Amino acid sequence: MDGNSLNNNYDQKTRTLIQGMVEAEEKAIASRKKQATPEEECECRDGMFPNGKNPPIASRRQFLAATASGAAALAVGSAASAAIPAGSIDYPVQDDPSKVQGRLTNDDGGYGSRSQFETESRWRFPTATKESSWTMTPLDSGNGIVTPSALHFERHHGGIPNINPDKHELIVHGMVNGARKYTMEDLKRFPSVSRFHFIECSGNGLTEWREPTLKTVQGTHGLTSTTEWTGVPLSTILREVGVQEGAAWILAEGADAAVMTRSVPIDKAWDDAMLVYAQNGEAIRPEQGYPLRLLLPGFEGNTHIKWLRRLEISDKPFMTREETSKYTDLLDSGKARQFSLMMEAKSVITFPSGEMKLPKPGFYEISGLAWTGEGRIKRVEVSVDGGVSWQLAELQTPILPKCHTRFRFPWRWDGQPTILQSRCQDETGYVQPTIKQLVEARGLGGGKYGSIYHLNGIQSWAVAADGGVSNVHQY
Amino acid sequence: MFTNIKISAFLSTLLLSLTLGAFPVISSAASGYGGPYNFGTPASAADIALIDIDAMPDGRGLPSGSGNYQTGKSVYTANCMGCHGVDLAGVKGTGAAALIGGRGSLASGKPIKTVESYWPYASTVFDYVKRAMPFYAPGSLSDDEVYAVVAYVLGEANIFDKSAILNAKSLPMIDMPNKDGFISDPRPDVFNYE
Repeated sequence: MDGNSLNNNYDQKTRTLIQGMVEAEEKAIASRKKQATPEEECECRDGMFPNGKNPPIASRRQFLAATASGAAALAVGSAASAAIPAGSIDYPVQDDPSKVQGRLTNDDGGYGSRSQFETESRWRFPTATKESSWTMTPLDSGNGIVTPSALHFERHHGGIPNINPDKHELIVHGMVNGARKYTMEDLKRFPSVSRFHFIECSGNGLTEWREPTLKTVQGTHGLTSTTEWTGVPLSTILREVGVQEGAAWILAEGADAAVMTRSVPIDKAWDDAMLVYAQNGEAIRPEQGYPLRLLLPGFEGNTHIKWLRRLEISDKPFMTREETSKYTDLLDSGKARQFSLMMEAKSVITFPSGEMKLPKPGFYEISGLAWTGEGRIKRVEVSVDGGVSWQLAELQTPILPKCHTRFRFPWRWDGQPTILQSRCQDETGYVQPTIKQLVEARGLGGGKYGSIYHLNGIQSWAVAADGGVSNVHQY
Repeated sequence: MFTNIKISAFLSTLLLSLTLGAFPVISSAASGYGGPYNFGTPASAADIALIDIDAMPDGRGLPSGSGNYQTGKSVYTANCMGCHGVDLAGVKGTGAAALIGGRGSLASGKPIKTVESYWPYASTVFDYVKRAMPFYAPGSLSDDEVYAVVAYVLGEANIFDKSAILNAKSLPMIDMPNKDGFISDPRPDVFNYE
């Protein structure tokens, strides 16, 4: 917009406003450019934060902005600062916010944080090492279908690498006409797509095969999350490199300390696989594979290789450790199912769920999530009498393929003990089974937690006379 | 193959366009989707060699070099024993898996999954050790050291001759005890269809 049209079409107030925005944007651009150069390093960095670690640039800016404006000293929530929840800032709380001005606009450094009164967080499953471990999404407090990026479940096999995107490359080679390498800039030039998809770890619910073990829905079902992912269809890249006759598998490899690898059937790559660089509208989080992740909608989570650095096209699967010794399903016969990649239809009531307490009899809106790797959820049924009778739940739109679908069901609790369940059907006609049916089909594999992977059975929540909700098995 | 179809389609469009005049060529080139986009750059053999570390069951990808049980024992002692233990059973609390034992236990109701009892291919052991072990110094072993430590583990598992040389030729010849232990995914396996 040049100066003339600005003058001709707007009043003075609007012109001032627009001019201010233009200047603010220019400043932001200049600051971004400056930040890209190493000379910006400041000596005051050490000692500024109580945990002694180098803070990310964003939180350092937050601190500087707060100090410069004379606001009360702010602490950015982190594992080291137990006083306030992770991801929040300890702002002063007004007794009557209608009688004093609120905090200053954009004083947070230009990147928002959640309220210091919100405490939901991921928690870590206590594995032997913190490098190879996982965290669970708090589904019990979730709303709608999207998982906030900061609450997306995690599964790491060698810690979380911190990768400079300017130095990251993807190499595509093997049975191709021309092997190529792509920088992040290269990949972002391709036509892009944005899609909502869930990712679920095949180990979701692994503690629940034999008996009810964990107490909350975060524990029993928290290894699934839904995100709006943006990136390049993998098929676009395959066309670019030219796949040769006989190609059947693709090895995907990460740049983490596990150099995580999985073989993927090439049909999936041609179908709906994506190379994603954005999550819910911004760059994907480091825990989710920054700067580049393979997305295989509907397939088990560990195949969605994070920190993706290499794709090798081949005629055969590579038989990596993860697809032989680890993510395979041992049956009672001693044989193990391999490449069981599909996440089958599953649902769970998230409200009310384990460890909650209904204050008194009366109306409650039962709510939960349903999803399937086979496409769309067709219907969800809810039972409020331990599976004796089933009624249709209302499905909240949008109902998207390979994505969490929110369901709701109006319920009047009469104060008597009962059991709540949900079961879903996907568009192939498949109906979510009971845990008992799954055990009958697969056995318990003899392990501590039985078959371990791919438990998609019906979840049961018992409501006691005092309103307490607990995890039970009910067939 | 696909590229050729694309190119021939493009050429015939071009020929058709030329006979009809210049305008259609300009408009189709100025807008619309369809590759090739030719972003990125060719990956050279050297680029690929830097990170192409995988090894396949038939031996493809295995590097040159070799090792044996004896040298492998010292590699193991220096790099692996701290977590996997003197007896290769895994030290409790480290998260390290047992490497040997458990043969024949898979259908017993108390399966013990180890390299010896469960892993179907020797190539997987080589591949995994090379890419991800030792846990706190992944990728730090030379190819000779990887061959040696794999020879040691498979020797202790009574799978590979303790006096033999392990290399790109002998490794794919190894028959792992559980090589026929895997079946393809038959799901759906519960049928409540309506």
